[in-house]
Amino acid sequence: MPNRQSAPEIKDAIAYNLELKPYRHFTLDNGVAVYAIDAGAEEVALVELVFKAGNWYETQNLVASATNHLLKNGTSRKTAFEINEHFEYYGSYLNRHCYHETASITLHSLTKHLHQTLPVIQELITDAVMPEEELEIYRQNMKQKLRVNLEKCDFVANRLIDEYLYGIDHPYGKYSSTFAYDALQADQLRSFYKDFYANGHCAIFVAGKLPGNIEEMMNENFGHLPLNQTPLPEVMHAVNAAEERRYRIKNDPDGIQGAIRLARHFPGRLHPDYNKSQVLNTLFGGYFGSRLMSNIREEKGYTYGIYSYMQNHVQQTAWMISTEAGTEVCEAAIAEVYKEMRELCETPVPEEELLLVKNYLIGTLLGDLDGPFQIIARWKNMILNGLGEDYFSRSIRDFKEVTSEEIRELANKYLQPEAYYELVVI
Amino acid sequence: MIQFEQFVLDNGLRVVVHEDHSTPMAVVNVLYDVGARDEDPSKTGFAHLFEHLMFGGSVHIPSYDEPLQRAGGENNAYTTNDLTNYYCQLPAENIETAFWLESDRMLSLAFGEKSLETQRKVVCEEFKEHYLNKPYGDAWHKMRALAYRKHPYRWMTIGAELSHIENATLDDVKQFFFKHYRPVNAILTVAGHVSTKQVVELAEKWFGDIPSGEKYIRHLPGEPVQTQHHQLDIHANVPVDAFYKAWHTCPRLDTHYYAMDLTTEILSGGGSSRLFQSLVKERQIFSNIGCYHFGSIDAGLVAIEGKLVQGVKMEEAEAAVDAELRKITDSPVQEKELEKVKNKTESIIAFEDMSLISRAGSLSFYTLLGDTNMINEELKRYQKVTARDLQEEAAAIFSADNSNTIYYYGNHK
Repeated sequence: MPNRQSAPEIKDAIAYNLELKPYRHFTLDNGVAVYAIDAGAEEVALVELVFKAGNWYETQNLVASATNHLLKNGTSRKTAFEINEHFEYYGSYLNRHCYHETASITLHSLTKHLHQTLPVIQELITDAVMPEEELEIYRQNMKQKLRVNLEKCDFVANRLIDEYLYGIDHPYGKYSSTFAYDALQADQLRSFYKDFYANGHCAIFVAGKLPGNIEEMMNENFGHLPLNQTPLPEVMHAVNAAEERRYRIKNDPDGIQGAIRLARHFPGRLHPDYNKSQVLNTLFGGYFGSRLMSNIREEKGYTYGIYSYMQNHVQQTAWMISTEAGTEVCEAAIAEVYKEMRELCETPVPEEELLLVKNYLIGTLLGDLDGPFQIIARWKNMILNGLGEDYFSRSIRDFKEVTSEEIRELANKYLQPEAYYELVVI
Repeated sequence: MIQFEQFVLDNGLRVVVHEDHSTPMAVVNVLYDVGARDEDPSKTGFAHLFEHLMFGGSVHIPSYDEPLQRAGGENNAYTTNDLTNYYCQLPAENIETAFWLESDRMLSLAFGEKSLETQRKVVCEEFKEHYLNKPYGDAWHKMRALAYRKHPYRWMTIGAELSHIENATLDDVKQFFFKHYRPVNAILTVAGHVSTKQVVELAEKWFGDIPSGEKYIRHLPGEPVQTQHHQLDIHANVPVDAFYKAWHTCPRLDTHYYAMDLTTEILSGGGSSRLFQSLVKERQIFSNIGCYHFGSIDAGLVAIEGKLVQGVKMEEAEAAVDAELRKITDSPVQEKELEKVKNKTESIIAFEDMSLISRAGSLSFYTLLGDTNMINEELKRYQKVTARDLQEEAAAIFSADNSNTIYYYGNHK
């Protein structure tokens, strides 16, 4: 009979020496930087082209995201259908995403098919034509999707909380509208495309089981394009945070749940408090065993889930608490969040709980580095955000070193209820 | 090729081991052969509620999560109509912690009143968040009830109604546990930086003395062949009209499964698929449309759902869908198109197999189906499908008598 009363011995995860596999770096003939991780057992590869083409650079709302979306909807030689068919025939996935500073094109492909798929990516970033009729269809379908999403309390809450934090005119705070979709013109998209893709600024990330000639392949397809030649325009956007802190919005008269968002500004990832605050955040609401989850879900049953997290942008960070709770318990749930904040300010975290959180953080990091795509994602984050090559090792060190007393100091500095925007959308 | 070994403990627990020494991690996956299909029609949602209770403390261990997190691990679980699956991932050196935790909750739960009371509330909030407070959130409740008359697939895993969850008692919980959560009804898969020898020892040590339990033999009412089209109109407070249509299809182990799966890929597997190209891009009848199936173990459903472009009539949308379906039933797909969906299947499998958690889950699932090695043979079965198989399969599925339609009308002006 095993002894079921006491836990088996464990090796503390913090005793692991976590290292991020270094990337290979090379530069194409035109100066475009490529970062590569060659690893993994499956014959698959990821190629991601990241352009400085986010909504930071647009002069009219939604131009950046519409341009990004229509990249694969037609070139002078291929229709949208032919482009899709080409990638799908080779069992590959071509996705594009638009963020605030950057926008990307991401290919997931079997390694053996890269030589058929990469040339068409080259075609998309040199010869996309943004057809009028494709824009029309996009506009119509996005407006319809928006009408459905506006019925959802969580969708509405996510938009509003960003608006309060950054202002409706800031790239981090603005959002879509029927009006903005209606105002889009194909010519604007073409012009944005020309400046920020065809003649834009690009960095490339590749990972997976890479072919031996990956360097030649990348140079052949992307090394002679007019990328990274002209300086990027210097664009500044001022943050215009809301004065009012407390909001209660009735979006759906029949709503039976409210979306709760609490948020405050937080110094960015390079601030000395950041990494240690990540440990505090995990403890507070960052994992299933967190204070918030234990109290508000597991003890009170107010919600299916509650989380806190750092919402990171290149230039700004916010500390966010997010949940959906029954309409009749929303106010009680918020009161409990504040109670948990006060508790962390007043009472030092027990050593045992702190060690548990550290082990959890390090253990999950160890698990997250499962495979080449996850490794390149970490590097990409550091490179694009200018965090420095040693950011990963510095964070690990901070996670391991932070003390209970430091946690309490950070709580007193940042977990102050009155500093938070407080929003409920029903 | 995914390597594995398997053995069975004296108490009937099936164990699968997959060694992968390229990772420092281990995954422990416990699958119980019980899902929403095994529920009493007056107590639906129970298998899923039960999944929540499995984290509320076991006979010797007050909390499942805490010791696992202390060991650097994380976990999750899910319930489907067919099965309930629990998995955790942790540094391989701490694997014994996972054995300790999983075996104790297989031995017996703590059955605390407080845990039941809280999880009833949590699941009710989950029900509200995903099904009641979301536009179109009730559509699949209604479609299941429309398409199935006898088989328990007629309700969702979350349950047919909130009251079934609200009324769950501790007695129900105990009965359910000792009927289904026994070694003889479970599959343990261990993957990652482990050796088979080590897993044999640990499995014997921690699971070996748990009473076997009685093998649960399923006697579910079979769904009679549908002989007449079913139709339902819904009027709801949503901004856009939506169209849903579902057809009965074969069970998971049927040889037709692969042709059926590829048929749904031909219809809506991406930007060059037929429904998207024809109905969203060319004719602009739908703003989005998808075709998929549930992959359920018993005979399942193939479904098409889409949102109508404003101004399009429901009947017109349905006629357009039917016209596309006639194309696939009346003439064989081109070789190139067939090759495309096979290539796509090849890469889906390769991408899925990258993750250790996913490999452990698949090994458990195929073991439940009766042949663990299916994990290495599925691709071959897809590759054998011919254009003619596809056409025949499509014709068998997309017949009017076999169909169930929901017109989901919004309140737009």
